Amino acid sequence: MSLKSKSISSKSSLNEDERLKKISPLRVLLNRPELGALGGSILVFIFFGIVAGDTGMFSAYGMLNFLDVSANLGIIAIAAAMLMIGGEFDLSIGSMIGFAGICIAIPAIYWGWPLWMSIVFAFAMAVLVGYFNGIMVVKTGLPSFIVTLAMLFILRGLTLAITRLITGRTQVPGLRVLIEDDPLAWLFATDTFKWLFTWLGSLNLIELRTDGTPLATGIPPSVIWFIALTLFATWILMKTRYGNWIFASGGDKVGATNVGVPVGRVKISLFIGTAVASTIFACIQVLDAGSADTMRGTLKELEAIAAAVVGGCLLTGGYGSAIGAAFGAIIFGTVSMGIFYTDVDTDWFKVFLGAMMLIAVVFNNYIRKKVTESK
Amino acid sequence: MSDYLVQFNNISKFFGKVIALKDVTMRLKKGEIMCLLGDNGAGKSTLIKTLAGVHKPDEGEIIFEDNKIVFDSPKDALDIGIGTVYQDLALVPLMSVTRNFFMGREPQKGIPFFKTFDVDKANKIAADRMGQIGIDVRDPSQAVGTMSGGERQCLAISRAIYFGAKVLVLDEPTSALGVHQASMVLKYIVKAASEGLAVILITHNVHHAYPVGNSFTVLNRGKSMGTFQKKDISREKLLSMMAGGEELDKLEVELQEMDRIHNKN
Repeated sequence: MSLKSKSISSKSSLNEDERLKKISPLRVLLNRPELGALGGSILVFIFFGIVAGDTGMFSAYGMLNFLDVSANLGIIAIAAAMLMIGGEFDLSIGSMIGFAGICIAIPAIYWGWPLWMSIVFAFAMAVLVGYFNGIMVVKTGLPSFIVTLAMLFILRGLTLAITRLITGRTQVPGLRVLIEDDPLAWLFATDTFKWLFTWLGSLNLIELRTDGTPLATGIPPSVIWFIALTLFATWILMKTRYGNWIFASGGDKVGATNVGVPVGRVKISLFIGTAVASTIFACIQVLDAGSADTMRGTLKELEAIAAAVVGGCLLTGGYGSAIGAAFGAIIFGTVSMGIFYTDVDTDWFKVFLGAMMLIAVVFNNYIRKKVTESK
Repeated sequence: MSDYLVQFNNISKFFGKVIALKDVTMRLKKGEIMCLLGDNGAGKSTLIKTLAGVHKPDEGEIIFEDNKIVFDSPKDALDIGIGTVYQDLALVPLMSVTRNFFMGREPQKGIPFFKTFDVDKANKIAADRMGQIGIDVRDPSQAVGTMSGGERQCLAISRAIYFGAKVLVLDEPTSALGVHQASMVLKYIVKAASEGLAVILITHNVHHAYPVGNSFTVLNRGKSMGTFQKKDISREKLLSMMAGGEELDKLEVELQEMDRIHNKN
């Protein structure tokens, strides 16, 4: 019996060999979720290279400018992408940014806490908010869209109400003086590789101020965080057991549960991830501006989701990549800044953002069909 | 020491007033394929879930390798070696063969806190295991969505065996498959049994069950109509026992009647 079946099966696999089409390397590449965003980024750079090549957009200073914007968006887009791969949404990202901002500013300014303690406090609150979002979604089985939409309003309202109650205003300035000598704040407020820029400046390779110091002084902290988070998220998704659980939880919740994946725990941790990423975003912006604003982060959740979608994440979960989301953020950041260097009215940016997203969704849908279709 | 690897004795399950299962007994030896036959609503799903540890039986006992066992969760059933392959297979079409094969039980390497999913090892095992059943997975990183229904079924069974199943519970493994694909799956089931596993094959398709089964248990409205060895029962007898039989006989008579009336006119 076994002998017979062996000969039959080997024969049938031979037959299948003939039936299988050769898959070109291009097709393999096409099946990667980040391809669209990578191609889009290249197109965007070519476009601005032609249209705005001589305007200073691609000087060191100009590049750091749009990289900074991309990086800030990227920090939350990566977390949003991981959550989307896990099969859920977080609409409270933007509100969490505002909330984290005042969690840093009010204790530091009004209660006399050291800055590092307020920062730790803000992260603790983020974990709490993320945990609450996650546990609500997992325990009630409600769509995360609804749960986090509620959280969007609750957090924004809390931020406004608490700030006005304590300070009588909607902005909390005065943080800048506290940054110096703080043991934690430098993580979110230090430009790095200054020596490189000084050196490039001394060689007259980059633009200088009138006093001879370079116009671009160093790599902003957002960019370092952005790169680190992209690498970290990619490592998790591709190389760890937890990463496989994220794909499984988003791909088929019931199936994953049946084979022993702790789907609930995975989802809760991902919600904590988006809230923590929002707080990193808030730390960088609040310390950079020296003030917290109750409206900070408004609509950022949608931009983050848009970047994740352009980066190849499926709205239904189970598919996507962190690198894709990073490129999605770079596309949006580059266009939003680059548009200033062109003659185009900046009002058109939103049109571009929407059109880009539509194209991405259509493209992603097509890819999913390709991937899931049977022989 | 009895001959049986696993015994389900007088299992009953009630949902409120509804008697879903009543006194169902099944005993399997190593290498035996028992087909559990029944029409829709016969209680097959409830029985599977009871075997898999999802439901706790209200009456009766489960004896595995001579030890009385109580399952508190599906994990308990898995741990002692009862592997259930549900109809939905618990496969994610968008994920690769390897990632599906090891879903929830990924091999790891490296130092604590920085442990990584050992993809190379996993790829090798997955390709190896699939190769043993004659499915040539050239690229284990290809999405499961690109595989045929039969291949997916084999992947799910192969996974259950790899992770230590001694008793395989298969829920309608051939119901959604064409003839060729179904025979591929059935062949694999026979092979698994010949290697010493006990297989419970749940199906409503006698034509798939009869060639591969050693014994047949027929379920009707929650009750077992008995277990029969293959030599004691014919395919036709089995078919007619599955409640459908009587009705099919009736249908035949009615059709003849209609035919007669039709001819008369």
